[in-house]
Amino acid sequence: MTAPPLDLSPPVSDEIRQTTCYMCACRCGINVHLTSGKVSYIEGNRDHPINKGVLCAKGASGIMQVTAPSRLRAPLRRVGPRGSGAFEEISWDEALKLAVEWLAPLRETAPEKLAFFTGRDQSQSFTGWWAQQFGTPNYAAHGGFCSVNMAAAGIYTLGGAFWEFGAPDWEHSKLFVLFGVAEDHDSNPIKIGIGKLKDRGVRMIGVNPIRTGYNAVADDWIGITPGTDGLLILSLVHCLLEAGKIDLEYLAKFTNAPLLVNSTEGPEQGLFVKNAEVQPFVIDRRTGMPAPWDGKGVEPDLGAVWQGHRTVFQHLAERYLAPEYAPEAVADRCGVTAARIRALAAELADVAFNQAITLDRPWVDFRGDEHASMIGRPVSFHAMRGISAHSNGFQTARALHLLQIVLGAVETPGSWRLKPPYPKPVEAHPTPHFVTVPGKPLSGPHLGYVRAPEQLALRDDGTPARIDKAFSWENPFSAHGLMQMVIPNAHAGDPYRIDTLFLYMANMAWNSSMNTAAVMEMLTDKTADGDYVIPRIIYSDAYASEMVAYADLILPDTTYLERHDCISLLDRPISEPDAAGDAIRWPVVEPDRDVRGFQSVLLDLGARLGLPAMVNADGSAKFRDYADYIVSHQRRPGVGPLIGFRGDGTLEGRGDPNPDQMARYIDNGGFYQAHVPEEASYFKPWNMAYQDWAVATSFFESPQPYLFNLWSEPMRRFQLAAEGHGHVQPPDHLRDRLKLAMDPLPIWYPPFGDAAGADFPVHALTQRPMAMYHSWGSQNAWLRQIHGQNVLFLPTKIWTGQGFVEGDFARVTSPSGVIVVPVAHMAALNEHTVWTWNAIGKRKGAWGLDADAPEAAKGFLLNHLISELLPEQGDGMRWANADPVTGQAAWFDLRVRIERVGPRDQTAPQFAALPDPPRASGGRGQDPAQDLAKNFLKFLGSGRKGQNT
Amino acid sequence: MTSLPASTGTKLGLVIDLDTCVGCHACVTACKGWNDQGYGAALSDQNPYGADPSGTFLNRVHSYQVVPDDAPPQIVNFPRSCLHCEDAPCVTVCPTGASYKRAEDGIVLVNEDACIGCGLCAWACPYGARELDMDAGVMKKCTLCVDRIYNETLPEEDREPACVRTCPTGARHFGDLGDPHSAVSQLVAARGGFALMPEQGTKPTNRYLPPRPKDRPDQASLLAPLLDIKATGFAGWLDKVLGKI
Repeated sequence: MTAPPLDLSPPVSDEIRQTTCYMCACRCGINVHLTSGKVSYIEGNRDHPINKGVLCAKGASGIMQVTAPSRLRAPLRRVGPRGSGAFEEISWDEALKLAVEWLAPLRETAPEKLAFFTGRDQSQSFTGWWAQQFGTPNYAAHGGFCSVNMAAAGIYTLGGAFWEFGAPDWEHSKLFVLFGVAEDHDSNPIKIGIGKLKDRGVRMIGVNPIRTGYNAVADDWIGITPGTDGLLILSLVHCLLEAGKIDLEYLAKFTNAPLLVNSTEGPEQGLFVKNAEVQPFVIDRRTGMPAPWDGKGVEPDLGAVWQGHRTVFQHLAERYLAPEYAPEAVADRCGVTAARIRALAAELADVAFNQAITLDRPWVDFRGDEHASMIGRPVSFHAMRGISAHSNGFQTARALHLLQIVLGAVETPGSWRLKPPYPKPVEAHPTPHFVTVPGKPLSGPHLGYVRAPEQLALRDDGTPARIDKAFSWENPFSAHGLMQMVIPNAHAGDPYRIDTLFLYMANMAWNSSMNTAAVMEMLTDKTADGDYVIPRIIYSDAYASEMVAYADLILPDTTYLERHDCISLLDRPISEPDAAGDAIRWPVVEPDRDVRGFQSVLLDLGARLGLPAMVNADGSAKFRDYADYIVSHQRRPGVGPLIGFRGDGTLEGRGDPNPDQMARYIDNGGFYQAHVPEEASYFKPWNMAYQDWAVATSFFESPQPYLFNLWSEPMRRFQLAAEGHGHVQPPDHLRDRLKLAMDPLPIWYPPFGDAAGADFPVHALTQRPMAMYHSWGSQNAWLRQIHGQNVLFLPTKIWTGQGFVEGDFARVTSPSGVIVVPVAHMAALNEHTVWTWNAIGKRKGAWGLDADAPEAAKGFLLNHLISELLPEQGDGMRWANADPVTGQAAWFDLRVRIERVGPRDQTAPQFAALPDPPRASGGRGQDPAQDLAKNFLKFLGSGRKGQNT
Repeated sequence: MTSLPASTGTKLGLVIDLDTCVGCHACVTACKGWNDQGYGAALSDQNPYGADPSGTFLNRVHSYQVVPDDAPPQIVNFPRSCLHCEDAPCVTVCPTGASYKRAEDGIVLVNEDACIGCGLCAWACPYGARELDMDAGVMKKCTLCVDRIYNETLPEEDREPACVRTCPTGARHFGDLGDPHSAVSQLVAARGGFALMPEQGTKPTNRYLPPRPKDRPDQASLLAPLLDIKATGFAGWLDKVLGKI
């Protein structure tokens, strides 16, 4: 039979609109194809700096998100008991009036009674500004249960962090070492980068208890025992020091290794020795005399001893050369042989020093010293939640940065590079603002980087000023807040009671809370008077998540293709090491429901509340909507949310607001890039060409060169306080913990979860599937066919040890809970570890899914096993299950025991099905009229596009 | 029965690098998205929000575990789609002639107007690369995006299959495997690319590049960099180390 004629050039669509993806936190550029006004196809934008045309499984499934039947359709007011899911639809005017009725009195009397927390929000510089205008100290996003350890350790050590704020030098790196990673941060850039390494045959080593995803393609896999990464890393540092394989010139010139540590007992001990100008100084090798740390030509002496004070370098070397860090001493605890640790150290040393690379790029450092070329240590690292979601995560992340630094492998060619607006020294960040004055805005931003006990967010009586106890003695460096503690603390009235809990896009009644079942009870719990303990809850979400049933007022948000957004340099931009970048979203389709973009709603609410920055002198609303704010708001004169096309449209970084800016971004594919000059591309913290460019592009008002902080003076100040020095003193019960955790040099201590003891011998972890983003993927008809239910993967030792067979379930018991779940065998797994995909498990009735959906019947959460508090210790205290430095939720400290229970029909626990809230009907392909039309076409034998035309 | 072309000079196909594929499923949904609105009937989903969702996919990714005797266990991610065989049993088995192989480029396609949905071709395919669409009642399979690769309405750089365009790690390559000088043929030669299940005698066009050897650090030679310095005591160490500046 001859081949039928084919139309090989069918037009793809009527129109392409370019915007920014929001199927996860990666923020890729997308081409949205529209046919007859509807989204018909989504692909990656080839010109976009993040994804360069590629797109992940989530991004390519966006069409099923914007048509999902889980979309909320109108504002809702609760009419039944909280948690019952009984709602009535109301108008936006009614909804906003109700919110004003609740919030206005709080602002006038006690602004802290509003707790406003956002989830996977990408507009934190805006939502934080709104909360600041309202005047409540109780604002943060979700970093506290995400990866604040990684962010804070990076800022305090390097002035920049992993997350998506730095990247390996994919073009030049010769060895890539990857520690536990959450796949949704920098998702496509990391995949693109791994592809580049593979093209060049570069070795990649994965350090992870679980060998999936990136670790599956790693050339070597080190299946480390959870929570021991810091010990392994410090042992590598030990080996490198012992062999002298460290970059001494880099340490002397660009880090605080040559600064002198005060050895005099008393309130200055452990701080840097300062000169008359209160500046730390170094000993110049040329003269043996003190010299300014930033003086031209100065050669800082790492080995100096001055008036009995030794350098940071000597303290550091002495600590890590100690036998307790020898590979043989740590091997068993890490689950890695000593020989393997030494081989890894040797490989790092070989690549860093024997395979160093030189780029022919002259540059001038902050001392005014000229360098003829850029010498690189082509060893790169990346890490994320795997090492940070432990109670020792902050110090572990610091340890990893220490390893990078001793190798000279930060901001050098081939190593790991920061993305503008980073590097940014910790001193250039704000400190927390928290003092409330009824009827007035807060005096500055909520979140910041504490450098001394005096900057903690404490009330006059020493108790925490914030509902989440951020920036308190319990977790002094909680730079992202502690969202996971808001509901438990508000319920306990500790440190005080609140009135209104206002949440955005945070599924706190399910997968975003630890101890989920208890949190649901806290949300519905009543006082003896019959009032809810948490009196009012306002929630904004685009979808029928589990949290919806627990709110009193629902403000339905749009999907990502129906809204304006701003991915800003003031917040979490889309920069790459060679360019600052920001981006927008714009409504490429109009909503077909009575929903509004949350940020526009917030501005409307702000204007109705009369918040100063949101109203004109005559009381009218200052901003038409979020798009108007994005273009016309100025954070400082000439500096706004977007850096591109300012002023007359030609200005970059600084310039007056340009009314055409949004249109220019749309014409430019939805993004803008300001390119780092070539001579500024590496050594950025010390490179004057970079510093000058950063000032011109608005990141700083003056150059901010600095030294990397191997020794953290801010941490030492907290240790000093714990030792009894200074007038701001911690409570006695926290002194020992602060002395341990606030060590100014990186340390390792066992995760607090290990206290569970021998009854709970197994580590339990979760991972994010590459094809899902938190709970969102399950409402997506395509993605849920990839991951429709999760199982608990068991290592061979447990699988065969207990005689598990296919189809079995296991009872999984932790110190705080029990679940019964389906299991499967996995060999490529640390033998003391079990794991599952996170956020696949759903509550029956949520997300527009049928009540018998496998996500609810067979899917499950580990959250039921994890408490936000550590087990009672008999001291009457509520000890958070968190890192004592930052308050990061210690999800991965979880210890369990596993028992075979044979086959079951469904997982346990199960909860009553949630009633279906009013939501969009149908879903693509679910419209009966469409099905009928399809049948007709088949009967008529009518060809479809692309065939027999 | 349907005949195959005697030979095709051009053999368009995919080369998939199993050393690089991280199993992210990007190719799976990019394929679904394009072909849902492209060649032939849409790719339907059954019970998409219910108990047992299923649907038509032309490309799926499976993950396999490999447990070597002398090295840690490994995971291999394995994307699976039509291999556009030279001796395609799915074509010769087709009773209506709907299933055919293009003489000009070797792509195996289904003429949906002639397809009666009998499923013989899916039964004949040893690779499980065909899926009957339950809504349309016709057989669906990878078209190598025949409506993209020659599509003059697309920019030239986009004239490649949707799965190749979207692959974040660049693990998927498209080209003429009939031309020994093509980039894909050279890649296959350099990396020892293999055909899937050659014993089936179907002569697949697509090739897979094997995972590189893993977990074999050369410990003896690698330890050398650590053996430079031997010092006793901290002071001795400090002198030795700092003497190197």
